[in-house]
Amino acid sequence: MLQLFKFKGGVKPATNKAQSLVEPVAVAPLPSHVAIPLHQSIGGTPRPIVAVGDKVLKGQKIGEADGWISAAVHASTSGTVIHVGPQVVPHPSGLTADCVVIEPDGRDEWIARNPVDYRSLAPEAVRELLREAGVVGLGGAVFPTHGKLTAAKSVPMEEMVINGAECEPYITCDDMLMRERAVDVVRGAGVFRDLLQPKRVLIGIEDNKPEAVAAMQAAVRATGENFEVIAVPTRYPAGGAKQLIRVLTGKEVPASKRSTDLGVQCFNVATAYTAWRAIAHGEPVVSRLVTLTGNVDKPRNYEVLIGTPMDELLALAAPRSDTDGILMGGPMMGFLVPNFKVPVVKATNCLIAHSDALFPPKAPEMPCIRCGECARACPHELQPFEMYWFSRAKNFGKTQEYNVFDCIECGCCSFVCPSRIPLVQYFRFAKSEIWAREKEKNAAETAKTRFEFKQFRDEREKREKAEKLAKAAAAQAAKKAAEAQAATSAPEPVAPSPLDADQAVKKASIQAAMERAKAQREAAAARNTESLTADQQHEIEAIEARRIAAFGTDETTEK
Amino acid sequence: MDFSTPPYLLKNASVTRVMAQVLLALVPAIAVYAWLIGPAILIQIALATMTALVAETLMLKVRNRPLALFLTDGSAVVTGWLIALVFPPLAPWWLVVVGTLFAIVVAKHLYGGLGQNPFNPAMIAFAVCIVSFPAFMSQWPNQALHLGLLDQFQVIFGLMPRLDALTAATPLDALKTALKLDEAGIGVPALLANRNVYGSFAGHGWEWIALSYLVGGLWMWQRKIITWQVPTGFLGALFLISGALWLYHPDRFASPLFHLFAGGSMLGAFFIATDPVSGATTPRGKLIFGAGAGLLTYLIRVFGGYPDGVAFAVLLLNICVPLIDLYTQPPIFGMKDGK
Ligand code: SF4
Ligand code: SF4
Repeated sequence: MLQLFKFKGGVKPATNKAQSLVEPVAVAPLPSHVAIPLHQSIGGTPRPIVAVGDKVLKGQKIGEADGWISAAVHASTSGTVIHVGPQVVPHPSGLTADCVVIEPDGRDEWIARNPVDYRSLAPEAVRELLREAGVVGLGGAVFPTHGKLTAAKSVPMEEMVINGAECEPYITCDDMLMRERAVDVVRGAGVFRDLLQPKRVLIGIEDNKPEAVAAMQAAVRATGENFEVIAVPTRYPAGGAKQLIRVLTGKEVPASKRSTDLGVQCFNVATAYTAWRAIAHGEPVVSRLVTLTGNVDKPRNYEVLIGTPMDELLALAAPRSDTDGILMGGPMMGFLVPNFKVPVVKATNCLIAHSDALFPPKAPEMPCIRCGECARACPHELQPFEMYWFSRAKNFGKTQEYNVFDCIECGCCSFVCPSRIPLVQYFRFAKSEIWAREKEKNAAETAKTRFEFKQFRDEREKREKAEKLAKAAAAQAAKKAAEAQAATSAPEPVAPSPLDADQAVKKASIQAAMERAKAQREAAAARNTESLTADQQHEIEAIEARRIAAFGTDETTEK
Repeated sequence: MDFSTPPYLLKNASVTRVMAQVLLALVPAIAVYAWLIGPAILIQIALATMTALVAETLMLKVRNRPLALFLTDGSAVVTGWLIALVFPPLAPWWLVVVGTLFAIVVAKHLYGGLGQNPFNPAMIAFAVCIVSFPAFMSQWPNQALHLGLLDQFQVIFGLMPRLDALTAATPLDALKTALKLDEAGIGVPALLANRNVYGSFAGHGWEWIALSYLVGGLWMWQRKIITWQVPTGFLGALFLISGALWLYHPDRFASPLFHLFAGGSMLGAFFIATDPVSGATTPRGKLIFGAGAGLLTYLIRVFGGYPDGVAFAVLLLNICVPLIDLYTQPPIFGMKDGK
């Protein structure tokens, strides 16, 4: 038996998984339409390659990957494109994003699917295939998988971790996937193994899923692989990539490093599954397993087409009448979708029907009593209350000193806080604020360079003008001298003319310098008075606006 | 809509729950106190609680804070109880009222209220009163006299003359004075043999109260209301310094056992130095904070001019908290080897 390691912190919320594990996975019926966002992975936004009126087949590419870190998107059923353009997508702030909306023709007709023997392909070609098939991390991060399939050059790849931990309460789609489709998961992991060539493959599953552990062990035996299937202690967030890597290998990946720098890489089980479907069946990612649970009468896992409107999907689970929202993802890291019509995307692992009975409204926030509960619960061993303090004071430099960017937003700190402070919100706010400032700083720097260049040009022009003036003066002086000479017809050296010219140059440049100084004084005066306050005012307003956006309310101060 | 931010699941935790458990942990000691020393403590606790709540209400009103939310958080009650427990039980009623008022109004609210006070409010109350009213603050009940509730009530409210015979010094203070006067060189062991004052190991009656604080404190630790670092640091340092001096000169210095259970050691270690708001926050910082408080407690009570050292020790350490926290920040995930 492998030696397991511990990660510090973590919490044990009620898991609430049993209710959605009673029934096997069912296939969700064709929805009335599918709205497929083009941007469904980290990285470049795919360009649409279909237009309204086009007939498309299931699996047909509709968005071309843009750049290496990007992944193609595909029609999830056959039908007609009825809209290409912005739609509300599942995002906490109700963003719109470009979508391709397809009206199904009911035939759900596939493109020609071409299985390949990936072993006959160069590794580069396999990565390209996965990119074209839209394979992305389905654990929630939706990072394009092909981008993670290159080992670091200097560090040998030691372990590959397959993440079947599924630590968030309520979610069971990975559990069901492993129970029902373990062999394909293992085969997909085999593809990754062949590309990365790690010394060991470790499949980590929380020990509250004995059926999944058994199924995966059987699949490993059946496929003749030497992967190790390991039950890890159930404790949120054991399924966080960094936590699972820690538990299985003892390695801690800090925010400043990639896991490959430490010779580890981690993939979700569902990602391995879709990779195998893409290779062995020629099927791009057009559907995924989604858990429907929460305030519903018939919780269950469904195989769902990407783009399915959430209300149509949730209806299958018979939500109770007091359902007042849909949570996408788990209750710890998920969010309430902006409306019930938003589409299922590749990152949608779970829909939880929300009701106040199930998730009681939070009691009012109290001041921090420095009890340190949050620090003890933090799996990244941060000091959340310190970061909170400084986020509140808008002292973002200090939040960075307290490593706010190491925060994985797991919510453990908010979960335990007796003062019910929405700590994670503060950290998101701090991070977005720091990013915004970086951006502003970069923009300001560009503006500064531009300004300096303009100043330089103005100076040059002035100098040139002064020189011209001086030359003219010199010429005039020379002329005068010549005239005088002609008048006296005495052979005199043209001594005064250079002198005159010199003086003229000097005079002109002094004047230019004085003008410059004046302009600078004016600029400085302006900078010290209204324009600065206006700038500050503007900045303050922008911060407030972002803060309100981050909190959804402008009442962050205790009342 | 308040549910718009994750996590949507919260542990069933609140400041009120924390404070309620602290109060509960004090109950055994209060019961033993009332039983062994007399019911006066109950009167003092009632006085302190009422004063604390009234002061809290007024200050919340003045500061325009939501009354119901903060009055029910329990923090003022905890402060009140601690004040009652560190004040002499037969002290005149106004003493505990003045102390509590000062704690809530000045030490807590003028610094910004719950969570903002750099100093432990109960210890501020003790310090202010022992400096301003040293005589009243050292009149501890004479245990040779057994007064009933009514008599004690009358003493507290000045309805009965405050006779000298009613009061005595604490065992800790008595020992210090006895040693000062001990020209014959009887030595500590012989002095402590007076069971009527010094009890079985650390003060007649008081030792059992201290033991009850220990029990309550361990329960809080088991309930994860407090962590082990502060009490361990406090009692550990107290044990080491008293042990060292005791080994060095057993005739002049009482044993570690005596010091661990005498005076405010147990109350200080588990209930006062563990106050999260005014204490250190990092694990190592808490050990240092506790050890510093334990050490200073000993030095003040043995070499200083006050009967006990807990209050001043804790207040002095409160000052050091920002520094302690700054220098004891633990390494974060993935950065343990300093990379
Ligand atoms: S858990 Fe809440 S109250 Fe306790 S220290 Fe952290 S933020 Fe403050
Ligand atoms: S959300 Fe961030 S600070 Fe809070 S426990 Fe998780 S990692 Fe730590």
